[in-house]
Amino acid sequence: MITAGIDVGSLSTDAVLLRDGEVLAYSIVNTGAQARAAAERAFEEVLEKAGISLSEVDTVVATGYGRMSVPFADGQVTEISCHGRGSAFLNPEVRTVIDIGGQDSKVIRLDGQGNVIDFLMNDKCAAGTGRFLEVMADRLELSVAGLGNEDLKAERAAEISSMCTVFAESEVISLIARGVPRPEIVRGLHRSIAERTAGMANRLGVMPRVMMTGGVAKNPGVVRALSEKLGAEIVVPPEPQIVGALGAALIARKKRSGKA
Amino acid sequence: MADYRKMWTDLGMDLEKHDLLCAALPGAFSEVFLSQENRPEGMDYFNFVVAEIHGVRPAELVEHKQRGGKVFGTFCVYVPDEVIIAAGAVATGLCGGSQFWVPDGERVLPANTCPLIKASVGARLGRTCPFFRLADVYIGETTCDGKKKAWEILRQDVPVHVMELPQMKREKDIAAWAGEIRLLMEKVEEVTGNRVTPEALAESIRLINRKRRALARLYNARKSSPVPISGRDALLISQIAFYDDPARFSAQVNALCDELDQRIARGEGVFSSDAPRIMVTGTPMAIPNWKLHHIIETCGAPVVVEETCTGVRYFENFVDESRVDLDGQVQALAERYMRINCACFTPNTGRIDDILRLVKEYKVDGVVDCSLQFCTLYSTESHLVQQALRKAGIPVMHLETDYSEQDSGQIKTRVQAFLEMLRK
Repeated sequence: MITAGIDVGSLSTDAVLLRDGEVLAYSIVNTGAQARAAAERAFEEVLEKAGISLSEVDTVVATGYGRMSVPFADGQVTEISCHGRGSAFLNPEVRTVIDIGGQDSKVIRLDGQGNVIDFLMNDKCAAGTGRFLEVMADRLELSVAGLGNEDLKAERAAEISSMCTVFAESEVISLIARGVPRPEIVRGLHRSIAERTAGMANRLGVMPRVMMTGGVAKNPGVVRALSEKLGAEIVVPPEPQIVGALGAALIARKKRSGKA
Repeated sequence: MADYRKMWTDLGMDLEKHDLLCAALPGAFSEVFLSQENRPEGMDYFNFVVAEIHGVRPAELVEHKQRGGKVFGTFCVYVPDEVIIAAGAVATGLCGGSQFWVPDGERVLPANTCPLIKASVGARLGRTCPFFRLADVYIGETTCDGKKKAWEILRQDVPVHVMELPQMKREKDIAAWAGEIRLLMEKVEEVTGNRVTPEALAESIRLINRKRRALARLYNARKSSPVPISGRDALLISQIAFYDDPARFSAQVNALCDELDQRIARGEGVFSSDAPRIMVTGTPMAIPNWKLHHIIETCGAPVVVEETCTGVRYFENFVDESRVDLDGQVQALAERYMRINCACFTPNTGRIDDILRLVKEYKVDGVVDCSLQFCTLYSTESHLVQQALRKAGIPVMHLETDYSEQDSGQIKTRVQAFLEMLRK
């Protein structure tokens, strides 16, 4: 049986194809201005990569904030359940998932079977999310992907006290004006995200093992800062951005076969 | 809707602005209510009342005033309507449940004030609510800091009588509340020119108890599985309770309940019996705030009970009808009203007990604890509420939101994830 999961996020849209519990292929495209078009693009790309035709796919489940904009999906499941399911599949020992996506961040607690037992999600604000890092990277003339390396060059972290994207940006501007080295500013930003995320995680309670998913998990600076703040080791899967789509494909498989 | 423009003009309303509200309401009402399938026929009356919310009841109040009657506007479930009615006056709720009124409130209030206060003050100052135009006197209370200061601003525009609500529940606090009820009685007598007699008060106590019994009967029907009426419809009825003529309202609720009893006997419901049953607890939902119920129920789960001021806090506990002298009646009123468990009290363990009791009575699968933004009292108490529910093994989710639609998508995701968790 072949199933697909499509995660239409605010910044990226990801697709995963699964055959009998094995990942055949995945794709990551920019969501841009049209969620539906992005979903179609991601789906076409993943089919092409796997060399599979549309008719061979048994079930498609959509997730992410654009999950209702995927006309070819057979069902919709929230990204919270999908990240939980995907993380448990990648590492059955995971009990806490920290997902930082483009416009929101969430902390999910799992039982031993990949079921969500509790979760928290940030409020309507970009603080501590992928969008926050995008704005700051732009201000610092770096790519988002370059932030992790820049952090490694720092000897200390600049103090950034505001969690708000707009205020933090003006703090960054004044740090630049004072001639603070760029790596220190980057590390300061990573600490600021870590602090906010750890606050949310501690409210829910952190149980090992901890896995981090979502695009921001690709940034080793954030992962390290968060690991320090939590005092816990953090597992990062090889491709953290596709965990939501993977979870959706797994749920599609369960839906199709009807087995728990 | 019938043409009420002349009445609104006579009431000194800002017609142009008010037209915007009149234009928006039918669409919202139709989306949230009329789109539901298999609604009880008894909802027709309540549909009518909402369709004409700024017309039919205000017109009755205008008539009442033309006969020399007085109208008292109230904001809170601690204010005893019985005393007002006993003096031949009308007690009415006021507008405060829409984002529409918030900008006018923000002209004088800090942005980080709860939307209920902002909307209420905005509805008065913006002259876009007929009830706010009709009331001769407003009865405020000291249930939170935001309201206490808002009365001082409103008082510049219209008379406000403030009742000092104690914040603890010792014997002396109940005595103090009885004293405040006495002062309210004096105020009502002064404004109306009528004496409150023990006979009239006994009559109004029975009248409001009948309204409470009708609502208790409605809520009792919601304990059935499958649930015979949606949470949205029940919330609407609770909201209308604050405005409508109490005797007519009780009769209409009872008629609806007869229909619900038949549905229950036939095992008929508006949600399948395996849908997770949700309790909403937290801050009040003034009309037309239907946001959370609409989200939860369109995600497929019925709201079966509200532990809110627009829910069980409004009607649970009756006033002792056996007292026949004014002192005894005032004491009975004080005792009943002081049994309401609001987060403005410290401690407020009675509310936690209520929530745990209601979970059992209504066979609740999950609790959504929702505070209006910037309500320090309910947001802070949420910690203890969640703790108690977790200890009892009941899944709970906390939300903070306002009247705007900007976070609807995010809240929908959270609610859906919560329901997925309950269904696993």
